[in-house]
Amino acid sequence: MSIPRQVTRPDHSARSLARGLGWFSVGLGVAQLLAPRQVAGFIGMPGSEGAVRACGLREIATGVGLLLADDPKPWVYGRIGGDALDLAGLGWSIEHGHEPANAAIAAGAVAGITLLDLGCAKGLDAERVPSTEWDYGDRSGFPEAAQNMRGRAEPEFAAARAEPNGYPQQLH
Amino acid sequence: MRALRWHGKHDIRCDNHIPDPSIEDPRDAIVKVSSCAICGSDLHLYDGFMPGMQHGDIMGHEFMGEVMEVGSANKKLKVGDRVVVPFTIVCGECDQCRRGNFSVCERTNRNKDIADKVFGHTTAGLYGYTHLTGGYAGGQAEFVRVPYADVGPVVIPEGLTDEQVLFLGDILPTGWQAAAQCDIQPTDTVAVWGAGPVGQFAVRSAVMMGAEQVICIDNVPERLSMARAGGAVTIDFDDESVLERLAELTQGRGPEKCIDSVGMEAHAARSLDSLYDRAKQALMLETDRPHVLREMIYVCRPAGIISIPGVYGGLIDKIPFGAAMNKGLTFRMGQTHVNRWTDDLLRRIQEGQIDPSFVITHSVGLEQGPEMYKTFRDKHDGCIKVVLKP
Repeated sequence: MSIPRQVTRPDHSARSLARGLGWFSVGLGVAQLLAPRQVAGFIGMPGSEGAVRACGLREIATGVGLLLADDPKPWVYGRIGGDALDLAGLGWSIEHGHEPANAAIAAGAVAGITLLDLGCAKGLDAERVPSTEWDYGDRSGFPEAAQNMRGRAEPEFAAARAEPNGYPQQLH
Repeated sequence: MRALRWHGKHDIRCDNHIPDPSIEDPRDAIVKVSSCAICGSDLHLYDGFMPGMQHGDIMGHEFMGEVMEVGSANKKLKVGDRVVVPFTIVCGECDQCRRGNFSVCERTNRNKDIADKVFGHTTAGLYGYTHLTGGYAGGQAEFVRVPYADVGPVVIPEGLTDEQVLFLGDILPTGWQAAAQCDIQPTDTVAVWGAGPVGQFAVRSAVMMGAEQVICIDNVPERLSMARAGGAVTIDFDDESVLERLAELTQGRGPEKCIDSVGMEAHAARSLDSLYDRAKQALMLETDRPHVLREMIYVCRPAGIISIPGVYGGLIDKIPFGAAMNKGLTFRMGQTHVNRWTDDLLRRIQEGQIDPSFVITHSVGLEQGPEMYKTFRDKHDGCIKVVLKP
C-alpha cells in the first residue's frame, strides 16, 4: 500500500532563478562601483556618483547573499526593496534629470527585473506550502524481491531479438 | 461516442457526439475500449512539440478492449475477443515487417509522402500521433477502428486483468526493448535516465536480463522510490552530481550501458546546456532538448551502448559526436517493434514474472482525461501512470 505524507519541497526553478539574479546583482554592482560617472551620466544624474556607488555596494551585497545563503528568500525581498529605490530614483530623473529618455529606458529594464524578482519571491514563498509525497517503495512489480529476479530473463534471447533486421523465425 | 480530442497546445477536451468509427477495409476491426492510458509521448503533443496535429484529432495510442466488429477478410479476430492493440500499425507483409522491424512498416502510414520528405523514409502508422504517422484516430475514445487488425492486435487469454496487460501495447515492450538493445552482460552497469513509466520498465527489464547494477536518474521522489523498489540504485539530480555519483558507483569506469527514457523534453532549468536548448527552441533553431543524450555520451564507458527509447522529433544541436566516435559507442534506438516482444512478455505476465500494473497511480473516467494530462505532465499528486476508463 503506497502511503502519502506531507512534505515541503524546494522549488528548484525559483532557486535557479535566485542564483541567476544573484550573479546579475554582482555584475551590476561591480559595474556601478567601477564606472559610477558613466552610469550617472547615462541616466541624466551627473554628480550623483556617490549614490551610484552605494547602489553598487547594495547590489553586490544582495548578490553575494543570494549566491551563498541556504534560504535565498530574504535576499530576494532585499532585491525587491532595492528595485523600488531604483525605480523611485529613475522616476525622479525622468522628471528632473538631463537624460529623461535614457532614464525611461533604464526604468523599463529595472521594471522587467522587478517582475523576475517578484516571480522568484512568489516561487520561494510557495515552498512553505506542504505537498503530498507518495512512497512507492512497495511497487516492485515482481513476485519476489528484486535481487531474486536478477537474470530471470534470458538475455541472449532478448538481445538477439533486438538486433537490427534481426527477427529470426526460430525466436518468434 | 466520446473521445479525448486535441484542440491545440495544452487544449485537450473530452468531446461528445463524435461519430462512431466503422469498418473501412476488410482487414479492419472495431474495438470497444475498456482501458486506455496517457503516454509520456502524448505529452509531446499536449505541449505542442510535435508537428502535424490537427484540430479535432483523437488522442491516444495505448488502449485495449473488446472486438465489436470484424472485417470480412480478417481471419485472426472474432467478435468478443479481448485484445491489446500495439501502438504501431503493422501490415505484416512488407519487407520491414517480415524482418520484424515493425515500427518502420512500409505500408501503414497513410501519409507516407510527407514522412518520406521529413524523415527520408516513412515509418509505421501510429494511432493518435500526428498526421506525419498517418493521422489515425487514437484510442482515448469509446471505440476505435483498428486497421490491419489481422496482424497487430494481441488476443488476451482469460484470467488477466486490463491493468496487467494494457501496457503490452507500448510501454512494457518499450522498456524491454530498451534493455534488450543493451545486450546486457552479467558484469554490466546499466544507467537509466528518467524514472517515468518507460524508465520503470527499463529498470525492471535490465534487472531481469541480469545486469550487475542498475542505476536510475530522476528528480521526482515518488518515481525514484518506485525505481528503487524495482531494484535500482537511484540518483536524484537535484541533490547530487550525476557525473560524480555515476563515477563513484562504477569505480570511475562509467556505466557500460545507458538508456535514455527521457527524450526530447529534458528538464529545461537544470543545467547550462538545457538553458541553451531552451533559448534555441524559443528561436526555432532547434526542436528537441538533448541534455540526456549529451550526458550519456559523456559518461558512458568506452565501447558501451547508448539505447534510446525516449522520443525525439526533429533537430538537435551540440551533440559531442567526437566523444561518441572516439569512445566507440554504439547507438540503438527507435520506436518499439511491439509485436517482436508481445508473445514473450504476455507469457512472462501469465507466469507471474512481472505484473505491470505496479506503475498505475491514477485510474479515472475518460471525462477526467483533460485534467489528467496536466497532472501527469506536472508530475503532481504522485502521478506516474494514468489509466482512463471510457
